[in-house]
Amino acid sequence: MLTIDQETYDAIVAHAKRDHPDEACGVVAGPEGSDRPERFIPMVNAAGSPTFYEFDSTELLQLYKEMDARDEEPVVVYHSHTATEAYPSRTDIGLASEPNAHYVLVSTREHGNSEGPVEFRSYRIVDGIVTEEDVTIAPQHEPQHAPQQDRLHTEEASTP
Amino acid sequence: MAIEVRIPTILRTYTDGAKSVDGEGGTLSALIDDLDGNHPGIKDRLVEDKSGSIDLRRFVNVYINDEDVRFIGGLEAELADGDQVVVLPAVAGG
Repeated sequence: MLTIDQETYDAIVAHAKRDHPDEACGVVAGPEGSDRPERFIPMVNAAGSPTFYEFDSTELLQLYKEMDARDEEPVVVYHSHTATEAYPSRTDIGLASEPNAHYVLVSTREHGNSEGPVEFRSYRIVDGIVTEEDVTIAPQHEPQHAPQQDRLHTEEASTP
Repeated sequence: MAIEVRIPTILRTYTDGAKSVDGEGGTLSALIDDLDGNHPGIKDRLVEDKSGSIDLRRFVNVYINDEDVRFIGGLEAELADGDQVVVLPAVAGG
């Protein structure tokens, strides 16, 4: 299960909407081994494409050096799909290289840059195997085991 | 002195979990061969056959002293003792 705070959730969704119709991408880093996505780091999609995303190679190195220096790891790796459902594509699965990360997919196909709900789903991708997991949104600045947590209701994908 | 090579999480199965290993070689190509001698199988995850010649995999980034090797000669990029090599898989998808 992915537990993510409301502010970070909103930041990911806002980034996806802003970059629509191109894919948006980024990372939420957290202390190594903690499984807590704490530091939101939007990245530039160097591919600048509605069907592909890639971190710029120089920025990628900078990002990993910074995480390394802070004893962090990429807890969440997110990107958007702008015309299809929030499910990992064959390319996503083939290129997934962080076995410990939660791969978050946001689909902006319904409302694009405008207000409105998005699909926000999370997966583990290990050795080509995709496993979807629940997403729980925790209130901001609450202790880790906050008693009240809202279950996220994702918009189910409809078949065209 | 040797060349320090930083290994990404996904390839640490080849290095018994080590985040960095030492290697030797005057070029990146030689370094990768040396690494493969100590960590068999790792070479295949870094390079591939591209129409008859060996090249870095498209979605593997290698940096020598913070420079992407694609801009400094690729597999033929030169190395000296004390250099630091970082391997990072691309974060990419469709």
